[in-house]
This record gives sequence, C-alpha cells and structure tokens, in this order.
Amino acid sequence: MAAPVDADFRTRLQVWLPKLVLSPSLAMALVFVYGFILFTVYLSFTDSRILPSFGWVGFENYFKLFRLRHWEIAVTNMGVFAVLYMLICTAIGLALAIFFDQKIRGEGVLRPIYLYPMALSFIVTGTAWKWMLDPGIGLENTMHALGWESFAFDWIKNRNYAIYTVVLAAVWQTSGFVMAMFLAGLRGIDNEILKAAQIDGASNWNLYRRIIIPQLRPAFLSAFVILAHLAIKTYDLVIALTGGGPGRATELPATFMYSYTFTRNQMGIGAASATIMLMTIAAIMIPYLYSELRERK
Amino acid sequence: MAASQQESAIRTSNTARVLIYLLLLLFAFFYLLPLFVMGVNSVKPLSEITGGNMMALPEVWTLEPWRKAWSEAQVGVQATGLKPYFWNSIKMVVPAVFISTILGALNGYVLTKWRFRGDTILFGLMLFACFIPFQIVLIPMARVLGIFGLAGTTWGLVLVHVVYGIGFTTLYFRNYYAAFPTELVRAAQIDGAGFFQIFWRIMLPSSGPIIVVSVIWQFTNIWNDFLFGASFADFSSQPMTVALNNLVQSSTGVKEYNVHFAGAILAALPTLLVYIVAGRFFVRGLMAGSVKG
Repeated sequence: MAAPVDADFRTRLQVWLPKLVLSPSLAMALVFVYGFILFTVYLSFTDSRILPSFGWVGFENYFKLFRLRHWEIAVTNMGVFAVLYMLICTAIGLALAIFFDQKIRGEGVLRPIYLYPMALSFIVTGTAWKWMLDPGIGLENTMHALGWESFAFDWIKNRNYAIYTVVLAAVWQTSGFVMAMFLAGLRGIDNEILKAAQIDGASNWNLYRRIIIPQLRPAFLSAFVILAHLAIKTYDLVIALTGGGPGRATELPATFMYSYTFTRNQMGIGAASATIMLMTIAAIMIPYLYSELRERK
Repeated sequence: MAASQQESAIRTSNTARVLIYLLLLLFAFFYLLPLFVMGVNSVKPLSEITGGNMMALPEVWTLEPWRKAWSEAQVGVQATGLKPYFWNSIKMVVPAVFISTILGALNGYVLTKWRFRGDTILFGLMLFACFIPFQIVLIPMARVLGIFGLAGTTWGLVLVHVVYGIGFTTLYFRNYYAAFPTELVRAAQIDGAGFFQIFWRIMLPSSGPIIVVSVIWQFTNIWNDFLFGASFADFSSQPMTVALNNLVQSSTGVKEYNVHFAGAILAALPTLLVYIVAGRFFVRGLMAGSVKG
C-alpha cells in the first residue's frame, strides 16, 4: 500500500547517496584542512603567545619574523638545502635511469636496492647517518682504524658544513625514487624515432640530448614538484640527524616553526612562519595539481 | 601499458657498458651502506664500536643490543625499551589504514561512477590536503584534540592520520576506477542494483591490486610519521619513531650506539618487510602520487 511512497523515497535516496557517502570525507577536509589553515593564518595576525589569543596586531608578527636572525638562518639554510637536494637528486636519478635504459642485466636486483630507502622513516635514516658521520665512531674513526691517521671528516659537527650532511642523507633517501620517475618516462619513449635518428647517424650523446631528454619534460616537472615539496616539509630528518645544530647551522623553517610555537611560546610568530611555508608550497602545488586534473578529462 | 615495457633502441659499446655496471654497483653500495652499518654494529659489543672500525664485522657476536633496545633501554624517562611503543604504533596504524582505505575506495567510486557537477574541484581540494606543510594545522589540531578529549590518545592519532591520508587513498581508487567500464555499473543499475550493492558486488571484487597499493602506502606513511606523533602523543600512545628519536637523543649516561642501531632496525623492520614482500605495489603507490597513472 505504501509502496509508491517507499519507492519514491528509495529513488531519491539513490540519487543523494553518492553525495552523502562523499560528504564525511569532504567535511573532514573542509574543517581539518581549510578551516585549520584559516585559523592558523588568523593566529598569525594576533598576539598569541603560549596559547591562542585573539588580540589583532596586523602584520606585526611578519615584521618581527623577518627581522629575526633565527628565521633568516632557517630560510638561507632552506635555500642551500633545497637547491642542492633537488639538483643532486635529479642528476643522480636521471643518470641511473639512463644507465638502466641500456638493457642492464640484474636490473631486477639493483632497482629495489635503489628504492628501499623510500620505505624507511626519516628518523631511521637520520639515526643511521648521524652515527656514520660522527667523527668519534663513524667514517673518520674508521679511516683512522684503517691506518689513515690524518683523515678528517667532521662536517656534521661543523657549523659551516653541517647543512651538507642533511643534503647527503636526504639525497640518499629519495634519489632512487627520482630514478624510478625518470625510468618510467624513458620506457614510454617511442623507439621508432630513435631508430630513425640512428640510421641518420646520430650518436648516443645526441640522441639523449636532442630527442630523449626533451621528451622527459613531464618527468622533470613531476620530479621538481615532488622534490620541492619534500624539501620544504623536511623536519624529521633534521631532528634525527642534527637536531638543528650545531648551534643553528641546520635550522629549517619547519624546525623554526615548531620551536617558536611550542617551546618558545611565540605562537603568533610560529603561525606566521607556518603561513609562509604553506604559501610557498601552494605556489608550486596548486598550478601543478590544476594542470594534472584538467588534462585528465 | 605495453609501451612501458619496451626496451630502448639505444646501443652502447662494451667499454661504456663496463663503466655503467661499475657505477651502478657503486650506487648499490651507497644505498646499502647504512643498512650494512646498522646491521653489523647492532650485533657488536659497545667497545668494538667506540674503539674500532664501523665497517668491520664483529669479533664477538652478540644479540644483547637487540634485547636491550626491545625491552630494557632508557626511552625518555622510563627504562621500558621500545616494546610498548612498537605496540602503540601497531594500535595506531591498523585502524588508521583500514578506515582511510575504505573511505578512499568509496570516494573513488563516487568520483568516477556517480559524477556530478564540480566533483573534480572537490577532489582537487581533498588532494591538496596531502601536500600542505602540516605545521599549518598543528596549533588548531592540538586544540581540537583537547576539546574532544583525544589529546595524547591513540584514537586521536588515528583521526589525524585518517584526515590527512584520505587524499592519497582517494587518488588511488579514483585513478583505478576511472579505467573500470562504467557500462557495467549502468547495466547493474538497470537490473535494479543499488549504490552499495554495486560497490560490494562489482567494484570491490576487482579492486585487489589497488587495495594492496593503498594499504601499503598508508601503512608505510603512518608508521614512519614523526611530526604528528611528536606533537599529539603522550607515553601511552607515542609511536615507534618518536621513541627511537628519544632513545638516540637522550643525553644521560653512556651512548650505546649498538642499542641505537638495533632500535633503528626495529623501527624500520615492519615497513622494510612490507617493501621486500610487496615492493612493486609500494613503488606503484609512490608513482601514482607523482605522475599520471
């Protein structure tokens, strides 16, 4: 008797069900991501210290931030780290991918070895390299034990060089992944063009320079975006490897934000630094995601 | 994709090939070195590390550092070893992986088979959430967890990892289901199958590989997380990564490097095992997060 009403309800439910199912995830994203971003950005304009407070101070936290020597060091370190990390990862990744492209025997054994660091926590990576680079027990000590008494390698304890040890450990962790991205690109290149160029007498060097590498543009773009965003988010690795030291020699924006917000009770300034980190990543990620999602259609 | 399997047409001379093999082996050595150093030094007595050569095999083999790291070492203030933190990690990872994968599968299903206006924008909003620097959410998240009484609990961490993991799981299932024939879904609809029936009977049974990708990715990511664990956990919920860091950074007493190495391997072991067993699914997850499928 009530069947028509019931059926009507069911059809309408079926129409709304997909949106209903999507809505919890969407609501979470809106609150926990975008709501929280707005909250933190708002805090960056307030006089928050140990706890959030809502006294509006305008851009004062940003002015303070940019006058802080500590922040200047963190940003400079980030520049050095990001440029070296991205360049070296790309160079190693591309070289290894090209090597693998020469019909290498044992690729099936070597490739997993190059990629396994990606499965490890940055804390594990940091711990391993911390002691390997430690002059007291690591490389330097080993060289001395082997008889090379004058060998010295104390970068991790040296203010001027410590940042390069962060680069080393980060490259160790992610260069294999960059290799995999380039290899996927190389395997997609049309062999017919290469064969035609070979018949015309092109050398391997020219094949790579003129034909293959230009065709890897999407892989370069992906590698750039992924590496840039990993570089800006680098936190755990520094904590485990150097703790930001010696002194402030390896302080990065992520470690700066944490210490200003939670240990120095300067939440307003911490929020301002987090906002700057977000804007940097957004400037890279949003155009990339936009083009990726548009092309897919 | 057939094209991705093809061999390159490039020919190289034998000298060049020898050089390439040498370089490849050199890099294999570079990548394996930390694992070797951790392994070898975790089975040495401390005196052999401080007095000797980090690359040398142990003169006296011992499992004592492993036992100490697991059940005795000073982590933070208590001498409990890493054992309780290992279980904290398990208790956090299992529900978080399960929930985020289920939600990702449902979202991917809706976003490909029940499309509506603006769905791509909504997906873009969810995806961007994976790439934000999490520093931007730490302050409000700490407040909200406190308000809900979840501060310092495992369930609080589960919530955090689900929230910031859904973007990736949705991405995986969306790309995977995009290639699934929509005609099958429409045919089932005409036969009277409802939204969930189609999901359970048609979509899920053919989702094996992508479920594995999603589970492995989430497991690895959440297990390896440090920032959230360090920010929102207390002793009863601190994960393995935080405990390992506390163990290594503790400034009291003698630095027991061999125990640190054993602890580092313990923290790495679960994700490493997953990588050894199902590495190609992990790599697939990595690639899907960066390049178009």
